Amino acid sequence: MPEDGRALEIELRVNGQSRRLGVEGSTTLLDALRDRLHLTGTKKGCDLGQCGACTVLLDGQRVVSCLTLAAQADGRDVITIEGIAPEGQLHPVQAAFIEHDAFQCGYCTPGQIMSAVALIQEGRATSDEEIREHMSGNLCRCGAYTNIVAAVRDAAAKMA
Amino acid sequence: MALFRYHRPGDLSEAHARAVTPGAMYIAGGTDLLQLVQERVTQPAEVIDVNRLAPPEIETSEGGVRIGAGAKLNAMAAHPLVRERYPVVAEALMGSASPQVRNMATAGGNLLQRTRCLYFRDVATPCNKRQPGSGCSAWDGQNRQNAIFGGSPTCIAVQPSDFAVALLACDAEIVLASPGGERRVPMADFHRLPIEAPEIETVMEPGELITAIELPDRAAQRRSRYLKVRDRASFEWAVTSCALSIRMEGGAVSEARVAVGGVGTKPWRLPNVEPAIVGQALTEQVITSAAERAAEGAEPRQHNAFKVPLLVGTVRKALREFAQMEAVQP
Repeated sequence: MPEDGRALEIELRVNGQSRRLGVEGSTTLLDALRDRLHLTGTKKGCDLGQCGACTVLLDGQRVVSCLTLAAQADGRDVITIEGIAPEGQLHPVQAAFIEHDAFQCGYCTPGQIMSAVALIQEGRATSDEEIREHMSGNLCRCGAYTNIVAAVRDAAAKMA
Repeated sequence: MALFRYHRPGDLSEAHARAVTPGAMYIAGGTDLLQLVQERVTQPAEVIDVNRLAPPEIETSEGGVRIGAGAKLNAMAAHPLVRERYPVVAEALMGSASPQVRNMATAGGNLLQRTRCLYFRDVATPCNKRQPGSGCSAWDGQNRQNAIFGGSPTCIAVQPSDFAVALLACDAEIVLASPGGERRVPMADFHRLPIEAPEIETVMEPGELITAIELPDRAAQRRSRYLKVRDRASFEWAVTSCALSIRMEGGAVSEARVAVGGVGTKPWRLPNVEPAIVGQALTEQVITSAAERAAEGAEPRQHNAFKVPLLVGTVRKALREFAQMEAVQP
């Protein structure tokens, strides 16, 4: 990392692959993923940490990538929606979202799925009430919440 | 995002030397700071990443518990030392923000989060906190969410941390470090009232860093809980909240801390409610008359007068639920 702090060389491990890239000190992880690495599955919604569309896993924990600086992710492990299942296959949460029609426009869906994957790993999918509480960081302006809860419940049961 | 430089200092003295230069700011979780940059409320020239300087460890210390300033909100809420000894802290944390933000935000940064006052975050309007001397738009404006305690015509912005309210009920101390050494500040004295300089929110000196929060053993001997009232069920700041930390002996209250959030320009203790329950059994009559005193001294404005009865009801409900909890597990 050069001394001036403005242009930085960082290394991210994204979906299992090591990626070196140059960023500004003020570049967010979200912009680095989308604009530099062309992983556009992660969506930009509010850019203020309020909608959850940009949710990714950082060292295995769900975070909003719009409020994470790329420089703060230097040397760390990032999983995006592109990396949750092997090429050509669906993650059980993705399959459940399709089965339960858990979206309408689909813009919030990658973030919803990343959050759901983390929620199930956290062991927080024990009841609909708990799923709702622990999905509260992901907004859906189409209002697909009922089907999202059903999809998460179903995926959690299948993954158990 | 507006451009700024990023630095990751190797030690505290380097961090301090950089932090006292104009336009420099510390960044930890970044969940509040980067929002403020995005909305042009704050425009740092340089951010100094203190994540590797702020330890995340949570451990016992001198009978109490020491929380490293870098501990994430979710990690604190899940830690047995916090959950078992200071449930009010765990409950306040689990009621804060969203799961994603709780994985990012730190103990130290949480105490320094800026107000949610509409005008502070709207750069088109005057705000003494954002632009000293420009005036307070909330005083005669949309002040539904503003403070009823500790305000003045210069500023009525609420300090929004739930964690800080719970720490106040637990008599926590904030450990501050600079190259000159460490000092401890009681939670009660950490935030400043906005009377003269609303833009200066804490007693921290320029370049000082929060390194830990210490919870005393004495507070672990009390039973505690947190009740939060908000406009929606989750992922929302408090309209009102109540942190209780109470010791019962022989069926009566022997020691009590009643702190409230959503209503003060800093975390606020209720000096008239605490003596009204000390020495008493928590009967419905004692609870009701003590809660009636919750809003004494309140100075509501046009749109937040509802917080006076709401605070009374919040404290009453918190005390009732506490009494029921005691009845089940005395």
